[in-house]
Amino acid sequence: MSYLAKPKFHHPAIEVNALGFTHRDYEGSMSTLCAGCGHDSISAAIVHACFELALPPHRIAKLSGIGCSSKTPTYMLGQSHGFNSVHGRMPSVLTGANLANRHLIYLGISGDGDTASIGLGQFAHLMRRGVNVVYVVENNGVYGLTKGQFSATADRGSKSKKGADAADEPIDLVALAIQLGASFVARSFSGDKAQLVPLVKAAFEHKGAAFIDVISPCVTFNNHAGSTKSFDYVREHNIAVNSLDFITGRDPIEVDYAEGERQVVSLHDGSIIKLHKLDAGHDVTDRAAAFATLERHRAAGEIATGLIHLNEDAKDLHDTLGTTTRALNELGAEGLCPGSKALKSINASLR
Amino acid sequence: MPIRAVNDFVIRFANVNGSGSASANLLFARAIMRMGVPIAPRNIFPSNIQGLPTWYEVRVSEAGWLGARGGADFLVAMNPQTFVQDIGAIEPGGYLFYDSTRPVPASLLRDDIVVLGMPLTEICNAEYSDPRQRQLYRNIVYVGALAALLDIDVKVIDQLIHERFKGKERLIEANKRALRLGFDEAKARFDCPIDLRVRWSDAVGDRILVEGNFAAALGALYGGATVCAWYPITPSTSLAEAFERNCARYRIDPATGKKNYAIVQAEDEIAAIGMAVGAGWNGSRAFTATSGPGISLMQEFFGLAYFAEVPVVVFDVQRGGPSTGMPTRTQQSDLLICAVASHGDTKHVLLIPEGPGEAFEFAAKAFDLAERLQTPVFVMLDLDIGMNARLSAPFTWDDSRLYDRGKVLSHDDLERADRSFGRYNDVDGDGIPYRTLPGAHPTRGAYFTRGTSRDRFARYTEEGLPYIDNMERLQHKFETARGMLPRPILKKAANPTRIGVLYYGSTAAPMDEAQRMLADEGLHIDLMRIRAFPLAREVADFIQSHDRIFVAEQNRDGQMRSLISIDLGVAPDRLTPILHFNGMPTSVRFIYRELSARLPKRGVSQPLEAVK
Repeated sequence: MSYLAKPKFHHPAIEVNALGFTHRDYEGSMSTLCAGCGHDSISAAIVHACFELALPPHRIAKLSGIGCSSKTPTYMLGQSHGFNSVHGRMPSVLTGANLANRHLIYLGISGDGDTASIGLGQFAHLMRRGVNVVYVVENNGVYGLTKGQFSATADRGSKSKKGADAADEPIDLVALAIQLGASFVARSFSGDKAQLVPLVKAAFEHKGAAFIDVISPCVTFNNHAGSTKSFDYVREHNIAVNSLDFITGRDPIEVDYAEGERQVVSLHDGSIIKLHKLDAGHDVTDRAAAFATLERHRAAGEIATGLIHLNEDAKDLHDTLGTTTRALNELGAEGLCPGSKALKSINASLR
Repeated sequence: MPIRAVNDFVIRFANVNGSGSASANLLFARAIMRMGVPIAPRNIFPSNIQGLPTWYEVRVSEAGWLGARGGADFLVAMNPQTFVQDIGAIEPGGYLFYDSTRPVPASLLRDDIVVLGMPLTEICNAEYSDPRQRQLYRNIVYVGALAALLDIDVKVIDQLIHERFKGKERLIEANKRALRLGFDEAKARFDCPIDLRVRWSDAVGDRILVEGNFAAALGALYGGATVCAWYPITPSTSLAEAFERNCARYRIDPATGKKNYAIVQAEDEIAAIGMAVGAGWNGSRAFTATSGPGISLMQEFFGLAYFAEVPVVVFDVQRGGPSTGMPTRTQQSDLLICAVASHGDTKHVLLIPEGPGEAFEFAAKAFDLAERLQTPVFVMLDLDIGMNARLSAPFTWDDSRLYDRGKVLSHDDLERADRSFGRYNDVDGDGIPYRTLPGAHPTRGAYFTRGTSRDRFARYTEEGLPYIDNMERLQHKFETARGMLPRPILKKAANPTRIGVLYYGSTAAPMDEAQRMLADEGLHIDLMRIRAFPLAREVADFIQSHDRIFVAEQNRDGQMRSLISIDLGVAPDRLTPILHFNGMPTSVRFIYRELSARLPKRGVSQPLEAVK
């Protein structure tokens, strides 16, 4: 349970990163999710990515809404401040937090109910504002805590555990994010750590709104025959359009995908993404191509995964607003209060 | 008999919305103020961009009474739609000034008023060829005519025109010409001045004329607010816009040209409060400005900020409710919903300014209180305060004043700490715990903020005892807040009395005058103006020490009366409501009439007990 601390001891030869932290230093409390939940694999991938990037844990702020997925920030990054906010409203809270201190690393964790149903509006506006964030949706197509109702990402015709059909058109958050101007948009599968970890790492290094839709089967309510978000279904229908190596100035990370055509994209911080193009027609920097790829695979009954779209020239919210490079929460009265002299001239203008 | 008065009358302008009358009317009002005569202008406007009726009222009062009086001594009738209704509101012996280009049937006029017709449209049509100019300058022409009729110094108006259009010579000349046109025309047509007159005085002193929303925005600027997230809604929009204007002027880093503030127009009120809460959690002074419908939408976040203990400031510029209600009319009807906003047991701090002076002061103070108490603080304005210019003492600021950033543990504090950090531990016994900001320390002070129940170390729990422990600490914190808020203000009657009136916010404007009017008739009332919730002990003492207590406010249900009962345990039948809720500001005449009807008749000597 989450109030039980995990044991702290570890193997004396455990690997440490550039900050001297072990993998364990990036973990959180014990998960209270169902055994085998896809969300726990995503938490593990985020922990792994943060460890490998040697991100200072206390410089990460992890925010979430409400739901199973939104509980997971407790189960990772125990040295980071967390904020489990209100259902569907994490994007606004995160936006405000980001305005207050632009120098932290913001991780937004949400689910398909939290983002695609109640929170669709806030999701859309965060993306279009270009808030500098890694926004992960742990997408299982159902409401777990209330026992198995469909969410807005459930595919039409997919069956609930109780046998009902999902009647409405599903929301594709990836397509939506691209349309809304998100500058890093990816989809992955909680069961594919090899794909997910480099994506998370690249998202952290990207400046701007980075969105990762992670299909994450619900073992309790959405892992049956007839579901399109079950482990078996996603494994069978998952088509990676590319695989990527994410290279910082530190250790290059290679992934074990077959060699194909390569696309190399430089990020503004000097990191490099090497994309192994498994889908020859897909150019991640081309928005129109991204839509076409999504649509082509959707029509074929497949789920396109990988880095779908990347725009390294996008501005983030602080660029647009023209805010100071200092964190606003560090400014004191000397930078904020115009003082009595200015007030005198304001008074004079009101007579 | 025509009304005769010098520096003591009410003039009402009936205009068509969008016709450009607002700036002409303000010009008129400011000219009187520049002549040293106190004024109280009020704008009564529709929820509309163009075409619906709008009124502007200026109370001219050498004695300095700034409350709405009621009735009008002089009417400038520029709106045919409301002509009949407007004429009906003129006091007997009052004056009607109207555009006589099209003849008005005598049956529409009254024989107990002085009728002054001037063919304004005809004059403007002869003078101007452009239709928009005809409309705009018609307003300046009537200001010129009023200057002649009321003996307003034209040089003062000229000077204001110069200041208003500084650097635009063409506009200065055109406006001065229109003004002169009206002035000369009135002189030629009427026996100027009439018996209502403005005379030079020195009763204004160093006071300024300012809207409460501007004042509150300035308070936020001086109070160190760095994040403003808002969604446009009447009547609070001008608060956020004034904050933006003032920030653009006073908050640009001179070295880099970058902004020492961030303002986001959110997608809705829920996002606006969410951003403010996120910024408050992360250590910025943050606020949102809204009105009743926005307050309704923000409820869930108010509960989160209360329970998770996040500082945030909310300006509620109240308007007529419920629902969309009367969006451009004033009320004090959000008191209850703000005081106990959100589901579950919640209680919030309210600051209730009476006008622009306190709007400035309380706005700045709200940020100190929010951070000190780690909770939402509501500044309760209303449309009457927020959107009407009010004569007010000049703003002052003590440059030695420091921001109270509350109990925030810094990196060094955490480094020195000899025990583990418990976010919800009541270390000092005042119910206020210590907090840390994200990023403060590499290994200490991180915690998880949540709207679910937790123990003192911010760990999730559904156990009953830690839950109660936390809820009782929040209650204790609320009691701590009670002692930190602006005290109520007592204005005792000239003679000892067992009758007291409680009131707050914009209801203050007519109250002193009503007290004086009643005193003139031998009816003495003590006044106490409430300035904050939770209520100060003085309010309980005031109720205790008077036999008869009235609570005057601008809503149907006596919301403050309910709060007094809830907060102080006073039996509701001890409190007689005086309620005004038609959307117009409470007038002196209303307060006077309501109180005098409930008080023993003048001249009848009664023992004090009989007052009950």
